[in-house]
Amino acid sequence: MSQTDTSTQAGTPTAAVPAEPVLEIRDLSVDYGFGDDPTHVLREVSLTLHRGEVLGLAGESGCGKSTLAYAATRLLSPPGLITGGEVWLTGRDGKRADLLSLSDAELRAARWRDIAIVFQGAMSSLNPVFRVERQLVDGILAHRPGMRRAEATERAAELLRLVGISADRLRSYPHQLSGGMRQRVMIAMALALEPQVLIMDEPTTALDVVMQRQILEQVMELRERLGFSVVLITHDVSLLVEVADRIAVMYAGEIVETAVARDVYTKPRHPYSAGLLGSFPPLHGPRRELTGIPGSPPDLSKRPPGCPFAPRCAHAMDVCRTELPVLGRTAQAEEGRLVACHLHTSGLVDGVLPGLLAR
Amino acid sequence: MRFLLRRVVFYALTAWAAITINFFIPRMLPGDPVTALLGRMQGRIDSRAENSLRVLFGLDQDTSLWQQYVDYWGLLLRGDLGLSFTHFPTPVADIVSQSLPWTVGLVGVATVIAFVIGSLIGTFLGWRRGTWADGLLPAATFFQAVPYFWLGLITIAVFSVNLGWFPSSGSYDRGMVPAFTGEFIGSVVYYGFLPALTVVLSSVAGWVLGMRNMMVTVSSEDYVTVAHAKGLPERQVMFGYAARNAVLPQVSSFALSLGFVVGGTLIMEMVFSYQGIGYTLFQAVSTHDYPLMQGCFLVITLSVLVANMVADLAYALLDPRTRTEDR
Repeated sequence: MSQTDTSTQAGTPTAAVPAEPVLEIRDLSVDYGFGDDPTHVLREVSLTLHRGEVLGLAGESGCGKSTLAYAATRLLSPPGLITGGEVWLTGRDGKRADLLSLSDAELRAARWRDIAIVFQGAMSSLNPVFRVERQLVDGILAHRPGMRRAEATERAAELLRLVGISADRLRSYPHQLSGGMRQRVMIAMALALEPQVLIMDEPTTALDVVMQRQILEQVMELRERLGFSVVLITHDVSLLVEVADRIAVMYAGEIVETAVARDVYTKPRHPYSAGLLGSFPPLHGPRRELTGIPGSPPDLSKRPPGCPFAPRCAHAMDVCRTELPVLGRTAQAEEGRLVACHLHTSGLVDGVLPGLLAR
Repeated sequence: MRFLLRRVVFYALTAWAAITINFFIPRMLPGDPVTALLGRMQGRIDSRAENSLRVLFGLDQDTSLWQQYVDYWGLLLRGDLGLSFTHFPTPVADIVSQSLPWTVGLVGVATVIAFVIGSLIGTFLGWRRGTWADGLLPAATFFQAVPYFWLGLITIAVFSVNLGWFPSSGSYDRGMVPAFTGEFIGSVVYYGFLPALTVVLSSVAGWVLGMRNMMVTVSSEDYVTVAHAKGLPERQVMFGYAARNAVLPQVSSFALSLGFVVGGTLIMEMVFSYQGIGYTLFQAVSTHDYPLMQGCFLVITLSVLVANMVADLAYALLDPRTRTEDR
């Protein structure tokens, strides 16, 4: 298994662009609802996850973060419908495959082996009527048909120890475990086949703050050891600033900004990112007033033309209400960061960029 | 084990209550059995026999209600349910034990078949929701809505009167002597086919709809999505994760319906003149045969209780969450 080739200590991400992309989402679009008037929930979202990287996906509830995770793994159930795009996954052997065009059998084989998911509902992700052992073992055996059950059980015990649960918990039913333990079991399960990509969809929302921290630290530690890449979906930007290498900020089904985690925190370039950061207390330094973002997220089924954030944006211009901004370079033309905002593209000079976005 | 013990105690209490009520209700009815019997026999019994009948029924002694109650329990525990009026002087216990196997055999088998087929179809329909499979639902609703007696009469009209494929009544060829021979069993199956078919047809739709709806609910549970994400074969997700959980409420209603096998097939046995416990109860009611009625009620009550107990045990076996742990 290839170790991470970029130096990535949790919390101190480097600005260097990592080498090889392991998951590449290109122009992924998703609609909810059939018929003539579906709701466009994802609009041509593109996102790249590099090997060994922790990519944070941030945004308010309902902005399409989870839909992106489900769509990229083809787990979206009706009325969700993928209407376009590609999801390229680089296998361990270096071969690239588009998950969206694989046959069902190929997709089944790639799932869990290459790309595993931890869902947000820690309490409901385990089948209530089977013991933990059976649920760990069936996933392993589905991908290793030749393996003996005893071997798989041994592997399951090893996995539980990996996440700090004693192996005798294999004989427990899910309802006999606490929420934190269940989520650890899910993480152990996700790592069963040593996947290359681990998608975590708000993995700690159902847990208390102390448990959240413990579990995330454990995942980051395991990532160091096992060298998988992580997509971490959460609404908690402060958490991402700590653990992620890069952050992508989503708003209304689109990515509005991507940058190295620390840069998003210190120098947000999109008014929405700046608003998100203003809505939680700073990690360091003097206390400041929390501002929040006025208004509420747009109704995706009644989307006005132009930038979806314009009605809530303090810096909205005329062009924002008519034209949809596309993801492009920042006004400062910084390396490795993209923003979708007219403030950066409409030929404004540095001085005119609002102070908050020009730091 | 404590779980088991608690259930057993609970059911013992319920059985006691049921039997006690069964004891008191006839005693609250007006009239007395001897006059009723004499009235029914309409002079075929000499009025001078009245006294000996009173002695036979134990009505000559002026026993207290409490003493009667204690005696009743004593007789019950010895399997003595009294004598039938209509089949006088056959003991009620004999009549019940003759008719019970027919009902349990025929309707029990039909209920199991309906449950298995219905749940399988429901599993499939629920898994393929939103496709052409949903088109089968109106048919299921139709069979569930059709009144049973109508379905029974139609099948008799079509298959035994018009086509002449099956007999319209009875439980075996009257020319045969009941015995454990292949020929006799074949005859029982032949006579039982039509009634069993109607029972299956009328109850299978309920299982289909119940299972299908539970499948739709369970399929959106997170653990089913996780099973998909794990790359498990579809069949394994469908049966091991979705159907395995969706079947839980089905199992409890199945056990309940087993309880109603004994009491709930009255109409079927009337339509097909099938010699089961329902038909016996029907006859007992129409001839005011109180001891027989009481016996039938007792058997029906006890069978519902036993079925409930089976349901509890099956549920505990299938759903670990209902088992309370010994600590």
